[in-house]
Amino acid sequence: MAERKLQVALYWGAACGGCDVAVLDTNEFILDVAAAADIRLWPIAVDGKYQDVEAMDDAELDVTLFNGAVRNSENEHVAKLLRRKSKIMVAFGTCAHLGGIPGLANQFSREEIMERAYLNNPSLEVGNRTLPQTQTDCAAGQLEIPRFYARVYRLADVVEVDYTVPGCPPHPSQVKAVLTAVVTGTLPPRGAVVGASERAVCDDCPRKKEEKRVARFYRPWQIIQDPERCLLEQGILCAGSVTRSGCGVRCPNSNMPCRGCYGPLPNVRDQGAKFISAVSSIVDSKDPEEIDRILAGVPDIMGYAYRFGLPGSLLQRSL
Amino acid sequence: MDFEPKIVGFLCNWCSYTGADLAGTSRIKYEPNVRVIRVMCSARVDPTFVLKAFEQGADGVLICGCHPGDCHYTEGNYKTMRRFPLLKRLLGDYGIEPERVRLEWVSASEGHRFAEIVNDMAAKIRAMGPCLARPALTEDPAQR
Amino acid sequence: MARTIHIDPITRLEGHGKITIFLDDAGEVKDTYFQIPELRGFERFVVGRPIEELPRIVTRICGVCPASHHMASAKAVDGCFGNECPPLAHKLRDMYYHAHYIHSHIAHFYALAAPDFVCGPDAEPATRNILGVVAKVGLEIGGSVLAARAMAQEIQSILGGRTTHLVWCLPGGVSKGLTPEELEKIKPMVAKLYDFTQFSLQLFRDVVLGNPAYVELILKGPYTLDVHNMGLVDADNAPNFYDGKVRVVDFEGREICKYAPHEYSMYIAEHVEPWTYLKFPFLKQRGWKGFVEGIDSSIYCATPLSRLNVADRMATPRAQEAFEEMFSTLGGRPCKALMAAHWARLVEMVQNAEMLQKHCADPEITGTRYRVVPQRITGEGVGIVEAMRGTLTHHYTCDDEGICTSANLIVGTTNNNAPIHMVTKKVAKSLIGPGKEPDQGILNRIEMAFRAFDPCYSCATHSLPGQMPLEVEIVQGGQPVRTIRRGC
Ligand code: SF4
Ligand code: SF4
Ligand code: SF4
Ligand code: FES
Repeated sequence: MAERKLQVALYWGAACGGCDVAVLDTNEFILDVAAAADIRLWPIAVDGKYQDVEAMDDAELDVTLFNGAVRNSENEHVAKLLRRKSKIMVAFGTCAHLGGIPGLANQFSREEIMERAYLNNPSLEVGNRTLPQTQTDCAAGQLEIPRFYARVYRLADVVEVDYTVPGCPPHPSQVKAVLTAVVTGTLPPRGAVVGASERAVCDDCPRKKEEKRVARFYRPWQIIQDPERCLLEQGILCAGSVTRSGCGVRCPNSNMPCRGCYGPLPNVRDQGAKFISAVSSIVDSKDPEEIDRILAGVPDIMGYAYRFGLPGSLLQRSL
Repeated sequence: MDFEPKIVGFLCNWCSYTGADLAGTSRIKYEPNVRVIRVMCSARVDPTFVLKAFEQGADGVLICGCHPGDCHYTEGNYKTMRRFPLLKRLLGDYGIEPERVRLEWVSASEGHRFAEIVNDMAAKIRAMGPCLARPALTEDPAQR
Repeated sequence: MARTIHIDPITRLEGHGKITIFLDDAGEVKDTYFQIPELRGFERFVVGRPIEELPRIVTRICGVCPASHHMASAKAVDGCFGNECPPLAHKLRDMYYHAHYIHSHIAHFYALAAPDFVCGPDAEPATRNILGVVAKVGLEIGGSVLAARAMAQEIQSILGGRTTHLVWCLPGGVSKGLTPEELEKIKPMVAKLYDFTQFSLQLFRDVVLGNPAYVELILKGPYTLDVHNMGLVDADNAPNFYDGKVRVVDFEGREICKYAPHEYSMYIAEHVEPWTYLKFPFLKQRGWKGFVEGIDSSIYCATPLSRLNVADRMATPRAQEAFEEMFSTLGGRPCKALMAAHWARLVEMVQNAEMLQKHCADPEITGTRYRVVPQRITGEGVGIVEAMRGTLTHHYTCDDEGICTSANLIVGTTNNNAPIHMVTKKVAKSLIGPGKEPDQGILNRIEMAFRAFDPCYSCATHSLPGQMPLEVEIVQGGQPVRTIRRGC
């Protein structure tokens, strides 16, 4: 009797699809996975493989890779359903891990977001003051759409998560490593972050580091970057020192600063708090006024500190 | 009406904690709202601690260190000084009012000053009401 | 008894899109609704951010076409800085964007559309996927498809440093240029990609055009709509994906309007319905007339086919040949058969490959003036590119410090929201009725209509990528009597 093939699902919540593309970017490798596992659910690529998640037995799936955040009632419902059907639940990608870029919405209320989208923007139909409703009665019957939550949640806020794969999106080589571990049954103990390193992006960054002291911050457009030197030392905010490595130093190697998509370092609870320490520590002054002047060159601190992880921060959202 | 603010006070061991102690031994009366945490130096106050305090339900956070130039570790309080503006702005972005977070330099002999700071802060926060930053306070999973 | 059919990828189950079909007592389709359940709120939460960060934030609207958002955003940001971007930066961005197009079109054509044709529309759902295509056409061809897509990704990676969610464009240019060594690496890949476009056209001729049943499926049936067409064109009215003016042509070929990006709000407006999170763009000067076809309609499509319908010619010679062949086979331009979008995609890919060749041959492409430091902040910009799935508009304003004060986005698939809603109804009406029970095959046909649009609700709602998994639930007297699902 042949071994039972691994039963796998890939699913997205409030996601962009980049995590799925990262899986596709493993190229031929994906055929090996298809050979070793039954992909029971993968909306972006596999069609008709699978009949009905609800009809499955509990824990019938070996593993679900869930990408995307939880933004509405539907995302939460499916997350719970898949949790029940899966032995292992993986938060795949930064949205599932920390809320991701959609998590920036946690600085605003549901009402502010709806207002901008449907009531106050320059291309709306004049005179139409309609807002989407969870239930609408039309002539022929009733229509429903999911409830848009007041804020964004991480996957772990709604279900128990067994493993986390960071990255926005995870680097294809990491995806490969993780899938290999899944298929060969060599995942580390539950709770681990997989597909990433234990070091900081700075540790892998090839740029020259000397002494970090700056008398002025520059926004990336305000200065032509020296391609060899550490960007932070040039006064350009870079989150490399507070970010877990594993991405291949993608951004600094494109001559652009890291914004922290791989999330906090091991044993760090709040990436933004560490970012603040890192940035302040290079300010070259002991004079309160001068310090203020230098730090005025850092706008939108929330947007840098938690570019990818406001819902995963200690305070999770703005009041 | 009977809201009493919970203020977490991070006090450096060498100056500010001694100052607060002096306030006590000199029987200077001050509001009992501060829960003091002694740290070796104000620089030890990782911004994470402050966020954590709010996450745990603090209504205010007070950080006290030696006056500039007097830090037992020479440079520690400059570090604190540089860190504080960004931390305060971040808390502002979280919707936490500026009155709820303070950085003050308090020497070992400034018992009175410490008492005044605490009284002032407690009064202001009492007037503002509780801080809702603690996620559990505003979240009902059934009401998402 | 009156019934309701839900085609529902959501049904608290999968995907992010939903169709509800209402039947009357006689079993006739009374009405259908195409609903999008998602919203992410990018327009609100980019406000207050440094404007130069937006190109690297908005990529997360869609990981299937992140470069489209990156480029449209970069151009809107350029506008906020007085458009000082040097010509070489535009060339490099254009080059990147052609590679991005090829990657996306290959993925769509082979992985998502081809299964219907290569395996056949009535093939078992379990084989109707890319693996089924590979099984049918052979591993060698399957391998060359994967290799071609990988090359298109690799070219992007060499140019911009990364593929999904690139971080390359800055106000005033791009963060890195192209070195002569990198160019040498790209050249042979471009040559292979060009060959691959020719191969794909031939495959289409053999598999689709060679089969009269498919030709009939494309040209006849309910898959046509009398609505207008939109696409970005250059000064000669040839398609341009990265830059140009938006041209709108009616379904009989007459130009309705042609506007520059900054004029978009005079020409396009968005209608809101309470039963979906996705808005319905329409031609503003005609006013919202409802979901109607015909010469007075204010509804337009923005698909690969639309782009060729609004064009007078292609920008490159071999693409021009393919364009002529397509329209002469289809009986002239404009073509209303929505399914021809699959063919149009291949024609576009030829232009993409030829444009890549042209950029590779440009002696200036490895130059160093790919970025300048902008000297002023002018405060407002509109960037339009042609995303693979429709015209994409980003409109930003910022303050004197370059902090974003507002953002408005009209996204590729959103343009097609009304046409998709309408074609769904049309297909449902033609296939479901008294004595015509909705079944797996009907579901299939409805999904094929979607697939022509290559709809991307990740973009549109800022949530769901790729294709729609569908579920049809037939409800009779309030009780579900039957459920048909696929792709979930
Ligand atoms: S983590 Fe990044 S790539 Fe993945 S779904 Fe979220 S935004 Fe997209
Ligand atoms: S701060 Fe940024 S540029 Fe500098 S070493 Fe770290 S990752 Fe590299
Ligand atoms: S450099 Fe930073 S932001 Fe860029 S991919 Fe790596 S971790 Fe993510
Ligand atoms: S020891 Fe008091 S601030 Fe450093």
